[in-house]
Amino acid sequence: MKEFVLIFRLADMADARPSPEQIQERMNWMGSLAAQNKLADKGNSLSPVSAKTVKPGNVVSDGPFTEIKEFIAGYVIVKTETIEEAVELAKANPIFKTGGSIEVREVIVRS
Amino acid sequence: MSETLLPHLFRREYSKMTAVLCRHFGLQHMETAEDIVSDTFLKAAETWPLKGIPEHPEAWLYTVAKNKAKDWLKRQHLFEARIRPEIGRDTEGMATVPDFEPGAIADSQLAMIFAVCNPVNPPEAQICLALQILCGFSVEEIANAFLTHKETIKKRLQRGRAALRTDEFRIGLLDEATLQARQAAVINTLYLLFNEGYHSKSNDRLIREELCAEAMRLALLLTQNEKTNSPETNALLALCCFQASRIGARNAADGEVVLFDEQDRQLWDQELIDKGNYFLVNACSGNTLSRYHLEAGIAYWHTTPAGTNKWRYILDLYNQLLLLAYSPAAALNRTFALAQVYGREVALEEALKLDLSRLSDYHALLGYLYTGIDKTKARHHYRQAMGLTVAPAARQVLQKAIDSLD
Repeated sequence: MKEFVLIFRLADMADARPSPEQIQERMNWMGSLAAQNKLADKGNSLSPVSAKTVKPGNVVSDGPFTEIKEFIAGYVIVKTETIEEAVELAKANPIFKTGGSIEVREVIVRS
Repeated sequence: MSETLLPHLFRREYSKMTAVLCRHFGLQHMETAEDIVSDTFLKAAETWPLKGIPEHPEAWLYTVAKNKAKDWLKRQHLFEARIRPEIGRDTEGMATVPDFEPGAIADSQLAMIFAVCNPVNPPEAQICLALQILCGFSVEEIANAFLTHKETIKKRLQRGRAALRTDEFRIGLLDEATLQARQAAVINTLYLLFNEGYHSKSNDRLIREELCAEAMRLALLLTQNEKTNSPETNALLALCCFQASRIGARNAADGEVVLFDEQDRQLWDQELIDKGNYFLVNACSGNTLSRYHLEAGIAYWHTTPAGTNKWRYILDLYNQLLLLAYSPAAALNRTFALAQVYGREVALEEALKLDLSRLSDYHALLGYLYTGIDKTKARHHYRQAMGLTVAPAARQVLQKAIDSLD
């Protein structure tokens, strides 16, 4: 069994403050993963507000928005045999309704 | 003499008296404690029919047990004194006489719960030990409850007892650190004990109700001591109360299980529901959110009338429960809740993603979800469910479902 991090990217700040329906949809998606026993870690949300970017030369800027338009909203970790399976799990996420995207990355355990 | 008095006293007092003596002697002398209590009851059985029942039967039992304990301690003391002149720390407390005051009994029982629910033993052994030592069940009764052979239970108990004896756990101490460390194991054992009664494969309704009642009695003991009166304990007790409120309605007169939707709500025990609410409020006094909280929440919504948004809440609680800890039962129940909120087709799609085809309940769920969508598949899965269970009550329910397909 391998582990994959699903990284959620949102296009719009407003989507970081979801409606009750959106919360319910996200929760159902997580519940579905958990019911399949494929959730390795329920992960966390990442604040869009309390955010800084640190660059060379002690340059600190507000937010992650200087270079990328999309921002990372959070992540979960799933456990599946293959990356294809992890992709299938990601496809069912409601994030695509609002133009977001999900990056699927295998976890390489540091030795 | 009333025929029922002695068995009744035995059931109620045996575990109390053993607990007091065990705490006094130490866990390594558990058998001695049990022998003394058994001897005491034997003496009662011999004397009472001849001399009549004493005015205060409990006090009589305590006095006899106390005297027998004193004799044993005296012998033990002599033995210890001759064999080992350097009498150790343990004899200090041993020289005194065990105390059968109500407060001491409660403390001893509490200590005994914590001694028995010891993670060195696997959960099923802990339950057996709890039933025998804390609830005074016979080997035969335990075997009956588990639908297992007496020999299996006997072996399980022997192994479990051996493990208890060699464990370092000091039953005399009820300090915060010890209680904290073992609280989770204790609550889990009581939870399993209750479930064993509530979902038992056994058809013996009396024994099942008794398992539930015993689990609740022990959980109640935990809530009565401020050191063990934790949010989790209250949540567990709330869960038990809500579930137990439906025991009457759940069992038809002929022993058949009555499904939730078909239960006569008039038969639900409102007093237990009220108690459940009381403990649930207590459980929410802190920031703790345990699986018992979530399950109590689900059980709470089941006591509310249909038509509200209750299934949305139930679904959400199952989602959270699964995030906390996966279990096949939670996965199946979540899918059932999904069907109530979003319809059978949505739930069916989710159900087919579950890798649980070894379970009878999984096929029963698929049978239910296919009903109204695909009769042939519904029948097929109900039949598979039948093939995977021997429990008579479950088979009856499945047969009914198959019959109503046509």
